[in-house]
Amino acid sequence: MPTTPRKAALALTAASLLVLGLAACGAEDDAPAQAETPTSDKKITVYSGRSESLVKPLLEQFTQATGITVETRYGNTAAMATQLLEEGDRSPADVFLAQDAGALGAVAKQGLFATLDGSVTDKVPTAYRARSGQWVGVTARARVLVYNPDLVPEADLPASVFDLTGPAWKGKIGVAPTNASFQTFVTAIKVQHGEAKAKEFLAGLKANDPQVRDGNGPILDEVNSGKLPAGLLNHYYLGELAKEQGTTPDGLKAKLHFFPGGDSGGLVNVSGVGVLTKAAQDPDVKTFVDYLLGPDAQKYFAEQTYEYPVVAGVEGPAGVPALSSLAVPDIDLNDLDALEATIALIKESGLVP
Amino acid sequence: MVPRPVLFGTAVVAVAVALIPVAYLGVRTAEAGGERIAEELLTARVGLLALRTLGLAAVVTAGCLLLGVGSAFLVTRTDLPLRRFFGVLAALPLAVPTYIAGFAWISTVDRFEGFWPGALVLTLCSYPYVFLPVAAALTGADPAQEEVSRSLGRGAWRTFTDVTLRQIRPALTGGGLLVALYVLSDFGAASILRVDTFTRAIFIAFDLGFDRTAALVLSTVLVVLTVLLLAGESATRRRGERYARVGAGSRRPPARSRLGWARWPAVAALAGVAALALGVPAVSLAQRMAVGVSRPGSLGEIAVAAGNSLWLSLAGAALTMLLALPIGLLSARAPGALTGLLERLSYLTHALPGVVIGLSLVFFGINVAYPLYQTTWLLALGYAALFLPLAVAAVAGAAAQAPPILEEVARSLGRGPVAVLRTVTLPLTLPGIGAGAALVFLTCMKELPATLLLRPTGTDTLATELWTHTTVNAYAAAAPYAALLVLLSSVPTWLLAARSGILESEGGR
Repeated sequence: MPTTPRKAALALTAASLLVLGLAACGAEDDAPAQAETPTSDKKITVYSGRSESLVKPLLEQFTQATGITVETRYGNTAAMATQLLEEGDRSPADVFLAQDAGALGAVAKQGLFATLDGSVTDKVPTAYRARSGQWVGVTARARVLVYNPDLVPEADLPASVFDLTGPAWKGKIGVAPTNASFQTFVTAIKVQHGEAKAKEFLAGLKANDPQVRDGNGPILDEVNSGKLPAGLLNHYYLGELAKEQGTTPDGLKAKLHFFPGGDSGGLVNVSGVGVLTKAAQDPDVKTFVDYLLGPDAQKYFAEQTYEYPVVAGVEGPAGVPALSSLAVPDIDLNDLDALEATIALIKESGLVP
Repeated sequence: MVPRPVLFGTAVVAVAVALIPVAYLGVRTAEAGGERIAEELLTARVGLLALRTLGLAAVVTAGCLLLGVGSAFLVTRTDLPLRRFFGVLAALPLAVPTYIAGFAWISTVDRFEGFWPGALVLTLCSYPYVFLPVAAALTGADPAQEEVSRSLGRGAWRTFTDVTLRQIRPALTGGGLLVALYVLSDFGAASILRVDTFTRAIFIAFDLGFDRTAALVLSTVLVVLTVLLLAGESATRRRGERYARVGAGSRRPPARSRLGWARWPAVAALAGVAALALGVPAVSLAQRMAVGVSRPGSLGEIAVAAGNSLWLSLAGAALTMLLALPIGLLSARAPGALTGLLERLSYLTHALPGVVIGLSLVFFGINVAYPLYQTTWLLALGYAALFLPLAVAAVAGAAAQAPPILEEVARSLGRGPVAVLRTVTLPLTLPGIGAGAALVFLTCMKELPATLLLRPTGTDTLATELWTHTTVNAYAAAAPYAALLVLLSSVPTWLLAARSGILESEGGR
């Protein structure tokens, strides 16, 4: 029996060391977390809501060009934004790279972002940056209808996204209501046409028996392979799938339909960047944001991720109409941070559990 | 036994550490205010989610009990051909994460989604939780009771239901409980196969505009459901306890029944289950690798991710075992109401989704333990909160196999305490503790949502790399990570199979 207390004592020692460790850590609580000074330490920490396989090569290019090391934390945009909100001003992050204007707006709303220098934001058209100067768009991405021409003749393509609630489209549309881009699109309807219209659209969509998916990728997969006639997603997924299959976007079965005439379905959203307050003066961070809006990075996005550059003078992605030729709806991206009401609408519609 | 204050104190501390996420939930939910809580909870939607989640847990648990007990019986108690091979095969699905299995199924079968497909995939992935303990119990059970039953004129079937099933009841209910709790917390299959469970609703609430309040309020319902499950299991356990083995004296292998004509149907059934649980993911992975042109990074990157997975899981398993040790020892050495309560409390976080555990430790790390934030150790703590019950069960089981009487006898024969520890206690308990560690290690390897939130910045694991590639449709690039994840996980799984006794040859024929 005495062996058991011995073993227990061992366990106790170990466990109490752990607890003491935690307590000690708690005691250090007040030590300032932000040791950031305006001097360059050639190191920044980026929280990326954009996928590693898309962004990592660019960050490596940046390190090569500037000698600044980037510590990157990857997650999806919602998860990263949640983590930032939870961390508050003790966040180790210097920069938030996000997939969507709504997420940037939500983090900015909590006062976590610094105001960016005018010399940086001025490179980007006002449509693609925050009015407050707290975030700036890096690439633009258009909402589209992806369709399989074998199942949807070109003549039947809808003029408006609202047509998709009609009987002709029953059971034929794939949507990803949990995806940030879908939410932003619904917010756009609300901003453009009012809440009643948004509600009516969601109810119509739900009644039309849509194929609900967790992300845009599966929708495109199914449209391309002929399992699903059409779906709502962002334009660059086609480029990604083409790359995966070793072909060009033209070589895929799936085609993109850009909604004409400023229809809500043709919303152009941005991926963008915000700088955390504690890193406001960090020269390395400024170099990073400058780099994202510089020709190398903009070209990288156009060629590697098929997104639209937002800085003048860089050629857009192949295989899609030029950004300037799109008839985009008249919506201020700054108004897209009012997500809560949209989420309530989406939940109410029954499109998500 | 005298309650040991030291052991008890340590166990209390361990449980307190494991309950950090529940404390966070409480704090955050309270912040939301009564009105908001009511608004989120008192809806038909929540009722429906609860019913569906419990229904899924019931169906999957029933399925796992059927598959687990069936396979375990065939492998340990019959003259099944290739029984050791099938024994390992039946344990291996534990190495397949549900997100890989779900993905394999939906890309193989069109429109394979919803409740029943989800139940099928979850059953195929989790029946080893029942199979392993039941196989071990069937191997270790005292055959004398069955022989007595047969000699008293009971038939084979009645002996099985009246005697054998009762002997293995703790293994049955323990395994079933783990399955049910797993179903409550599963994200992979629920998400990919679109089963609208609570956990999926919680993930969606997070995704929908990072709505933490709604998600956390929903999580409290999971805690309540867990308490209900635990209470149910405790009720059956108390009745079952007196059937447990008394000691681990000299073991005698149980008799094996002859299957006769039923041999081949039995082989076909086991092979069929293995084909569904292991074959479908294997074929799907191979196809993805062959079709796509995206390539993963260099072998070096894959090796680094594998190394990180191994190291983080090792740290997770070590910390989990450390916390489990006092709780498990206490429950074996000083059983009682208070001990039982402590042990049950350690189960409480097991049904919470990884994202909730992750967020709560983000909060804890930022506000209380900042130097630990985004270090291996906070992630290890996350793993410990998630998987503590797996370890506690193993420690308690192992300690029960080393009855205190053996230690007392050794002492009375003049051995010193250290010698007793070395020659009696350790040899008897270590294998069981090792098996627990292997199980926790394996589960850490597969974990994704908490890993994403808590890992040190810049540290990729096999699971996170797999996730990052699948989110951009680079399935071919994802496939090697998936394959390696399953491959590496199958090593501890094999050890678990070996530990359960199904590989022993002494039972022979």
